[in-house]
Amino acid sequence: MNYLHDVTALARKDLLLELRGRDTLPAMLLFVIAMLVVFRFALPAEASKDATGGLLWVAILFTALLGLTRAFVPEREQRVLDGLVLAPSDRSAIWLGKVAATLAFLVAAEAVALPAYALFFGGLSWATLAAVVLADVGICTVGALLAAMAVAGRARELLLPLLFLPLAIPILVGGVGAGVTDEPGRYLGFLCLYDAVFAILAWASFEYVVTE
Amino acid sequence: MLFTGIALALLWAPEDADQGPSQRIFYLHVPIALTAYAGFAWGAWKALRLLWTGDSRYDLESYTGVHMGTIFGTLTLVTGSIWAKTSWGVWWNWGERQLVLFLVLFLFYGAYFMLRYSLADGPARARISAVYALFGVVLIPISFLAIRLAENFIHPVVFTREGPQMDGSMFFTFCVCLAGMLLLAGALYRNELTGKRLDARLRELREALA
Amino acid sequence: MSSGEKYLAAAYLVFLGALLAYVVIISAKLARIERELGELAELARERHG
Repeated sequence: MNYLHDVTALARKDLLLELRGRDTLPAMLLFVIAMLVVFRFALPAEASKDATGGLLWVAILFTALLGLTRAFVPEREQRVLDGLVLAPSDRSAIWLGKVAATLAFLVAAEAVALPAYALFFGGLSWATLAAVVLADVGICTVGALLAAMAVAGRARELLLPLLFLPLAIPILVGGVGAGVTDEPGRYLGFLCLYDAVFAILAWASFEYVVTE
Repeated sequence: MLFTGIALALLWAPEDADQGPSQRIFYLHVPIALTAYAGFAWGAWKALRLLWTGDSRYDLESYTGVHMGTIFGTLTLVTGSIWAKTSWGVWWNWGERQLVLFLVLFLFYGAYFMLRYSLADGPARARISAVYALFGVVLIPISFLAIRLAENFIHPVVFTREGPQMDGSMFFTFCVCLAGMLLLAGALYRNELTGKRLDARLRELREALA
Repeated sequence: MSSGEKYLAAAYLVFLGALLAYVVIISAKLARIERELGELAELARERHG
């Protein structure tokens, strides 16, 4: 109970910070719309449904990356992380709180991006929607951990995409596959597996990443 | 140990003289690939030990294991690419699962080195790289599964290339090659590890004297 | 020499080349360590002498 309380408190702190500063979310929204417009011109006019579906995933991935790059910046700038690590709560609560906050940002960005995609390119299948939800969980669990790693280094903005993209390839496969094939069940199942495996791993290992 | 590895490695040429030419790359390519996996697994095992015990000497061991894995992984990409050229006439083929997997792993472990170089020396770097190395071994099966699934929509024509049917003598040659390659990797690993430790010692000495 | 054999030779040569490159790197490293050790020995001698 105490653990959950810590998590919600940490997540709420991030959301309040965002409400006050409006640093991340507007940027993510504009970015994802801009990506979709850019893709519209990158594709031939009669591009197939499969191609646009893939591009939607690229847009989601890079938008998430934008949010994750910012995720630990306030902590690092104001040295909050050191204080949080010293606090008596379980350290993985920091990770879970961060996952919840980034997930909220990502879902908010997609709440705009997906209707926009449907408007620009027409139609979204339920399988894609389910895959987006599952992929969001995977992106945020892995991403929050990697963001904590990257922010400790010198080249933090540069590092996160390098760390993140190889790990995100399976998410991309699952997401695109669910959208373009006739049997999305296998791909959704694969996304669930990915989420479960990496959530456990990240939850167990986060403690070692933030300890000084 | 290095001599044993090289001596075994020299056994290849006479042993596989009676097979078709392009098939012979098999004896080089597959042991290299398996050795690369072994290197990654070794690095991850040492990483796990580091997190478990907090003993900082595992850091260099884990780093060297990953280092070996990456070198052999890069060699896998090169020899695999040559093999693809002989078998299908193209340098790169997205239907070849193992090669695609190694490309993903190459990117992943390239990022590992970037991460290491960007962090300041110390226990924090040891732990962060260890966690990332652990992610690597989990990523291997997940990516493999993903690449298999991706073939269904990226490549409508699935390449069902059965592994070469191995009879006794071929299998024996393969085992000798694999053992030789693993020994070679082990020797290189020890070598590299000693070199890295020597470097660290020298730095300590310099600081003590300065 | 058929093209298959050529590629085979290329594959083995790549491997050999990588091994040679490694040997070169190691020898360069050894030379550097030897030099540094010499400097340090000099330094230590000055301290005590």
